[in-house]
Amino acid sequence: MTTTLLPPAFADLERFAHDWCLKTESERYARRLASPMQELIDFYDACFPRIEDALAYCDKFPLEELPEDAIHLLHLMYSLIMVAMAVEIFQQPKPVDSADAELARVSEPWP
Amino acid sequence: MSKALQEPATPHRWPRPTEGTWTQHYPELGTSMMSFEDSVSPEFFELEREAIFKRAWLNVGRVEQVPKTGSYFTKELDVARTSLIVVRDHDGTVKAFHNVCRHRGNKLVWNEFPREETSGTCRQFTCKYHGWRYGLDGSLGFVQQEGEFFDLDKAALGLRPVHCDVWAGFIFVNLDATPRQTLREFLGPMITDLDGYPFDKMTEWYEFKADNQSNWKLFADAFQEYYHVPGLHSQQVPSAVRTPGKGFECAHFQVDGPHRMVSTGGARRWTMPAEFMYPIERATRSGLVGPWESPELGELPKGLNPGRIEPWGIDNFQIFPNIEILIYHGWYLLYRYWPTSHNTHRFEGMLCFQPARTVRERVEHEVASVVFKEFALQDAGMLTGTQTALESAYRTAGMTHFPVNDQEILVRHFHKAVADWVDVYRHDLSGVVAR
Ligand code: FES
Ligand SMILES: [Fe+2]
Repeated sequence: MTTTLLPPAFADLERFAHDWCLKTESERYARRLASPMQELIDFYDACFPRIEDALAYCDKFPLEELPEDAIHLLHLMYSLIMVAMAVEIFQQPKPVDSADAELARVSEPWP
Repeated sequence: MSKALQEPATPHRWPRPTEGTWTQHYPELGTSMMSFEDSVSPEFFELEREAIFKRAWLNVGRVEQVPKTGSYFTKELDVARTSLIVVRDHDGTVKAFHNVCRHRGNKLVWNEFPREETSGTCRQFTCKYHGWRYGLDGSLGFVQQEGEFFDLDKAALGLRPVHCDVWAGFIFVNLDATPRQTLREFLGPMITDLDGYPFDKMTEWYEFKADNQSNWKLFADAFQEYYHVPGLHSQQVPSAVRTPGKGFECAHFQVDGPHRMVSTGGARRWTMPAEFMYPIERATRSGLVGPWESPELGELPKGLNPGRIEPWGIDNFQIFPNIEILIYHGWYLLYRYWPTSHNTHRFEGMLCFQPARTVRERVEHEVASVVFKEFALQDAGMLTGTQTALESAYRTAGMTHFPVNDQEILVRHFHKAVADWVDVYRHDLSGVVAR
C-alpha cells in the first residue's frame, strides 16, 4: 500500500517525502549527515525550484491549522533548508571544520 | 622587512576613541600578553567555582519558563555542585531553593533520572524517598508519620532558599549567603540601560545544548570577537564574493565593570547585490543574521546600540560571568556557558523570536536557526583542538601567554575580570586566615 504524504499539487516531490518529511531538526540533521552528497544534490535540485510554490500553498492556512499534508510539505521545506547548507555552502554533508562538535536542538516550535 | 613588503595599514572603517585604540581607552586593561593558565589549570578552576560561580549573579532562565503559580524548573549547577529548583510562588514571585530534601538529603525534584533537569507545574513538591512535602514557598508542609520523630521543628526544616531576582524577565540566582551586590548593582548601567527592551515579546524559542571539550571561557571567547570570522567562517559569504585576506572590524566596544559589549555595523547583507547571498537566503528572506524583516518593536531603550552606530548590525552583550545576549533586528540570541570541569563545559543557546504569524515567518526563523547551528559548529569544532593544544603548550612547550589584539579587547577584558574576581576571593580568604 502506498500512502501519499504531500498535497496533490506537489506530486512531483512525493518520491522524497517518505525520507525527508521529518518532524524534528535532529532527524533532518542526522539524515543529512547520513546521506551521500549526490542524494542531497538530487533532493535539492528537485525541491529548490518548488519552494516558492510550497510556501505559498502552506501560507493559505493559518499556522496553527495547517492540514496534515501541508505540514508534511512544510517539513519537506525544512529539510530543503537543512540540505541547502550542505549543497550551497559547504559542498559536503557536515559543516567544514566542525570536527567532532555536536549541538543538539532540544526544543523548537511546532509545526 | 623592507617597507615595500609591509602590509598597508588597514584603513579604519569606524571611528575609534581618542586614545587611538579601544584597548588603550581602558588603560586598566593594559596591552601585554595574557596567560593561558585560567583555561588549563584544575586548581584555577577550583578557585573560579568559589570566587565567581558562588558569588556572582547567574542567569538560570527566563520568566516565560515559570508562567503561572506552581510552574517550576530545576537547574543543575555542576560548577557550584548544586541543583536548584526555580518556582513561581502563590504571591507571583519567582523563588529558588536548593533541590535537596531536608530529611535525609535526597534530591527533591527530578523526573526520570536524578542528574537530568526537569520542569513542570505542581502544587507542592513531594520527596520520592519518604514522601515529605514542601509548599511552593519552600515550607515543609507534611511529614510522613510525624509522631515517630523527636522534637521535629517543621518550621525550621523548609527548603534552603537561594537569593533570586529578576531583571528584564531574566531570572538570576546568587549562591552567596549574603550577596555583595543587589542584582541591579551587579548588572550596572550598561546592562540595565536595556530595561524596557521587549524580550518578553520574543517567546518563540529554538533551544540548543552541547557538551564541549573545552574550558568554558574558550567558547565564550569565540563569540566575543569577530576577528576569527574571515578565517574560520569564510563560507559566511558565497565564494563568488569572498575577498581573501579581508578582515573584519567591529564598530563599537564598551566595557562596564565585569561586563562587556560589542556592536557590529555596516550594510545589511540583503541590501547588497544578490550574489552576496546564498540562494536559500533569497528564497526565504532570512539567513545568517536572521529574518530580513521582523515585526516592529516600537521605541527601543537607550542601552541598545550605545555607540549609536549607523547602519547598526548586532549588539552583543556579555554579562559576567557566563551569559551572552546578542540582539539582532527584532530577535535575540542567548548563550550560557556552564563549566563542568577545567576542560569541559555545557553550552546552552537559544534563538528567541516574536511568534510567527504565518508559515513564511516560521520558515524565516527555521532558516536563522539552521544557519546559526552550522557556524556555531565550526566554532565548537575548534574548541577540542584549542583546549588540547593549550594544555600541551602550557605544560610542555613553554607557551604560557598569548597576544591579544584590539579587535579582541573583550577577550582581554573577560580574562581580566575572571582574574580580578579570583584575586578578590584569594584576598578575602587570606584575610579570614590571618584573623
Ligand atoms: S529524604 Fe526526602 S523524605 Fe526522606
Ligand atoms: Fe565564530
